[in-house]
Amino acid sequence: MTTTAKTFAIAGAVAAALTATANTAEAQSKEKCYGVALAGQNDCAAGPGTTCAGTSKVDYQGNSWKLVDVGTCAEMSLPASADGGARKGSLTPLERDLPA
Amino acid sequence: MTAEQDRFAAALLNPGAARPEGLEDGGHRAAGRRFDVYRNNVTVSLIEALQSGFPVLTRLLGEANMAELARLFLRAHPPSSPRLMLYGEGLPEFIARQEALAHLPYLPDVARLELAIRQSYHAADAAPIDPGLLATIPPEELLAARLRLAPALRLLRSDHPVCAIWRYNMEDGAPRPEAGAQDVLITRPEFDPVPLPLPPGGGDWIAALAEGMTIGEALDAVADQPFDPGPSLTLLIQGNAITAIEREP
Repeated sequence: MTTTAKTFAIAGAVAAALTATANTAEAQSKEKCYGVALAGQNDCAAGPGTTCAGTSKVDYQGNSWKLVDVGTCAEMSLPASADGGARKGSLTPLERDLPA
Repeated sequence: MTAEQDRFAAALLNPGAARPEGLEDGGHRAAGRRFDVYRNNVTVSLIEALQSGFPVLTRLLGEANMAELARLFLRAHPPSSPRLMLYGEGLPEFIARQEALAHLPYLPDVARLELAIRQSYHAADAAPIDPGLLATIPPEELLAARLRLAPALRLLRSDHPVCAIWRYNMEDGAPRPEAGAQDVLITRPEFDPVPLPLPPGGGDWIAALAEGMTIGEALDAVADQPFDPGPSLTLLIQGNAITAIEREP
């Protein structure tokens, strides 16, 4: 390939890639949200010996997480805990609702 | 290892072997059948590790056949690392040597794909570049630049439609695989690895980039075929697989 042809090829590739990426980037974003998954419904699949998906023991367990759309984690409305305290999701692990 | 440890390890992986001498509990009673229970648990846990690490292989072979294959494999290749999450590295080559499985020639590559996905999952994190950076570099300079690729990136070249086989067995409603070679790019755009088929030439181009060639040199490496780098570059960007653009000073 001549240098001119390669220059055109890569310029076209960058333009195509940036256009395609701009259209999908927003829709795909997910983040880990702690303290919102029901018991046994947490995400995670690390393969043999480390599988922890679906291992959370209690509802809204503070140290287990679920992938949610970016920006929605702290917005999610959750039922209040047994002692009446308000629950909120968090982007970092929480101390509340840990299995006994 | 001491000779004692060697005997213990050998007995652990061979149910026909005698229980190792000198194993006693606190009351000086010989381990006896309790060693058999332990030996059985080791084998079963390794079989389960291989079944959960190779879910598509398990589906293609059936659970019982996979357990039998796993039993043969673990006896011949016990774990060499205490990290069970990486166990099974030698399984693709082991399958390729099994005459009884020779009628399923795509099986070793299916195992390679599942292994690559698992390795990608456990690879180190690396921050991707802002894709907009590509547009700020003049194309002539881009040709002389090298792309640094994410540690989670894996490339698999196969004579079989291995990505389609994987999808057909993992996703509801995925189309039936059609015969043909497939190059597969595995990236980890967020937390889970994503395997996607590459367009023709994409495997050669990305392999050349991964070897450290400049973008221009990599284009020369695929010059024997019609190749548009656009779709492959798009997959690299969408997979958050480019971590740096290295330019000559």
